[in-house]
Amino acid sequence: MKVGLFIPCYVDQFYPGAAIACLQLLEKLGVDVVYPKNQTCCGQPMANSGFEHLTGGCNDLFIKNFSGFDYVVGPSGSCVLHLKEHLHNHDNPEIATTLSNKLYEFTSFLTDVLKVKTLPARFPHKVGVHQSCHGQRGLHLSQMTELVAPEFSKPGSLLNMVKDIELVPLNRKDECCGFGGTFCVAEEAVSSKMGKDRVEDHLHNGAEYITGVDMSCLMHMEGILHRQGSKVKVLHIAEILNGE
Amino acid sequence: MTSRERILSAVKANQPELATLPDVDFLLQEDIDVPEKFIAALTAIGGQVVSVENHATIKAFIDENFEQPSRKITTVSELGDIAEYMEDNSAEPHSLENVDYAIIQADLAVAENGAIWVSEDKIRTRVLPFITQYLAVIVRREDIVPTMHQAYNKIGSNDYGFATFIAGPSKTADIEQSLVLGAHGARSMTVFLMP
Amino acid sequence: MSEIQNTTNHADLAEVFNNDEARVDWHDETLWWIRSKRDVAVNKISNWEVLRETASQIKHNVLSNLNNYLQQFESNALSNGITVHWAADAKEHNQIVLSILEKHSIGQMVKSKSMLTEECHLNDFLEANGINVIDSDLGERIVQLAKEMPSHIVLPCIHKKKEEIGELFHQHLGTPAGNADPQFLTETARQHLRDTFLTRRAALTGVNFAIAETGEFVVCTNEGNADMGAHLADVHIASMGIEKIIPERKHLGVFLRLLTRSATGQPITTYSSHFKRPNKGKEMHIIIVDNGRSIQLGREDFRNSLKCIRCGACMNTCPVYRRSGGHSYHNAISGPIGSILAPNLDMEKYADLPFASTLCGSCTNVCPVKIDIHQQLYKWRQVIVKNGYVPAAKKASMQIMDWTLSSPTAYHTAGKAGRFVLKYAPFMVNNKLNPWYKHRDMPEPPKESFGEWYKKNRK
Repeated sequence: MKVGLFIPCYVDQFYPGAAIACLQLLEKLGVDVVYPKNQTCCGQPMANSGFEHLTGGCNDLFIKNFSGFDYVVGPSGSCVLHLKEHLHNHDNPEIATTLSNKLYEFTSFLTDVLKVKTLPARFPHKVGVHQSCHGQRGLHLSQMTELVAPEFSKPGSLLNMVKDIELVPLNRKDECCGFGGTFCVAEEAVSSKMGKDRVEDHLHNGAEYITGVDMSCLMHMEGILHRQGSKVKVLHIAEILNGE
Repeated sequence: MTSRERILSAVKANQPELATLPDVDFLLQEDIDVPEKFIAALTAIGGQVVSVENHATIKAFIDENFEQPSRKITTVSELGDIAEYMEDNSAEPHSLENVDYAIIQADLAVAENGAIWVSEDKIRTRVLPFITQYLAVIVRREDIVPTMHQAYNKIGSNDYGFATFIAGPSKTADIEQSLVLGAHGARSMTVFLMP
Repeated sequence: MSEIQNTTNHADLAEVFNNDEARVDWHDETLWWIRSKRDVAVNKISNWEVLRETASQIKHNVLSNLNNYLQQFESNALSNGITVHWAADAKEHNQIVLSILEKHSIGQMVKSKSMLTEECHLNDFLEANGINVIDSDLGERIVQLAKEMPSHIVLPCIHKKKEEIGELFHQHLGTPAGNADPQFLTETARQHLRDTFLTRRAALTGVNFAIAETGEFVVCTNEGNADMGAHLADVHIASMGIEKIIPERKHLGVFLRLLTRSATGQPITTYSSHFKRPNKGKEMHIIIVDNGRSIQLGREDFRNSLKCIRCGACMNTCPVYRRSGGHSYHNAISGPIGSILAPNLDMEKYADLPFASTLCGSCTNVCPVKIDIHQQLYKWRQVIVKNGYVPAAKKASMQIMDWTLSSPTAYHTAGKAGRFVLKYAPFMVNNKLNPWYKHRDMPEPPKESFGEWYKKNRK
């Protein structure tokens, strides 16, 4: 099984630790992982701003980089969802469909393809789990509070394999953090208020770390935590699952 | 072209390909403990349920619980001796503005939400259950159905000029979501549950 | 492409709303509480998701056969003795209402809640023509006294504190200053409006559902104001959008189970009144209004928005709505559903609304008729940009971003220049003028990117 590692642009540039953890954990689990070095971005920032028609270059590049793999795995629910919904190729529609079917968000690749049952990780801390909307409501990584349907959580089931971790309950289990791509500057007032409220829920419930499947939401909350001078840290879920 | 023609032709031109109307009869299968659920549902929305044996028990209850003098109206002939009996629909609606207490008979009641269903022939004058200060409704146990699906199944294609579901006293929570009973309709709703 | 100078846009209005953080918290908590009540109520219905799907399919059938259903409804309503009018737009609707009132020499009307009449700005029109209109729904009466628009389709004055309402009642209804007790204020409104109901010869109501099979229509209220108005008046006018049709009476079972559980968590409204024939000696009019709906019906990506039954669940769950208030949407219908309906009416004026969302998708999940609201927000963004209703600066930055991200060389060069990658992605602009900095810090730049690390540490 040959897996292409898709590292979203802002993770590559700002959060290499999350990407390294993904790579190392996949390797530990016996996967043959390759990181195609010419990758850039999935095109979502443009598409969500109404400029999907400008994402052709990103699409072509993505297809060129990743078509040769059995699976493509990325540590971001949001970028993966964007590609699954919008990756296309005008001349060869099939190549885009095939690729998007092979594309997995990191935690769901662990639970659904590798069917991981145990992990050697230990993380003796209180952790709040942020349900990133696109991973949750878009990729159905976990059950959504709006629906009348059985509970499940793919990231949660992995975190429960981690020794000594304490997951803190939240008052609002799956409210958006307000990042929303360009929304965070276009609608600065609401965006930062949403972020403050989300962070407050974790702090109020005693979290020492906030984790999740999307570094973009975590970056947003980290920005607020820093500004408030909080000692609470954000960590991509891969960094916890790859721990110790 | 009239607006009617313009609208209909625009709709026809723009509507999607005909999609099948789904079956809804499968929803009739729900099975719940009917009278218990009805009592719980109506109580939860601010109504009151009084189990009674017969019309005499109702009279005794009203006698005990409602001050005299007050204007009481009923559309139930058996209660004609304790309230004005409204036999037909000839009353002028405005003449009911000072009614304190109205006692009507429900056609059916719904367990899942505590609603009762009355059609025009049961209330005689449409405004009666709304304009009265307090409302009482006689419901026979056998007339309680589990959900709205069975309710409409029973209503079928009955003809009426007006009919309504009433579920509890009129209410509002428009001011800061504070629930207040007695908005513009009846201030209370008592259901006399009869065998 | 021209620069759009939008003076009333959501972001600016939301910023003003956010100047009072305590009030934002209060607004957010109040609406979240309603969302929580909705969750409790829907979890009592084991086949809730089946009901939603069924309702969505019924509405899909309605939209696909609307021209026939409308004619069937009209013909049944006519044989029931109801007068049926057709209005192509808001102006015609308002004119029809006025002409009915003028025919009967009526100068005063009582009105229960109808978002359609808000959409048509009926009150302003009638007032300009010398007709006095009193809104009888308590929340609507309050915003009417305050000379405001409703901020929510189900909870018109959810943005108002009880002290402000107490003050309005003090000014307009003569209640003692400083009394803000909801029970007392509601009782005051009851007394005042009872007199109104008893003295108005015309009453206007909205329509929740219109049944093609029978020609009857259903109006749902908790207060009983629609019934008090309609049954005491000589003339009952009911205004409905063309999309209010449902095929058969039994379908009400599905919709009435969904409507209030989604809206407020109640199992049903206090009153669900079925109007089929006018009372003897009285008149009943229905005005069937298009006002852009037939155009929306032709927009394949957006026609599902016409399935809306106006429960307001999408507003209560929307994290943006809760923290920006209904008025920030500067439209009669606010929140997520308003944001996908409004651009159909005026794409330029409402170009900002589809962007007033993080696309979190919660609205789609609570929608009782399964409208793909957040997907439509995304699609409207594309349409709005293609139609040129977007600031030129944003377009330029997007083009540069596309160029950077389409080229690995350009991307890596940009990255090396001090992590100024995505320089043109607005949230990444690394200077203190960036709105990001107002409340948030930027991540600290690592010493190397993952790409650089990988090159050193893997073959």
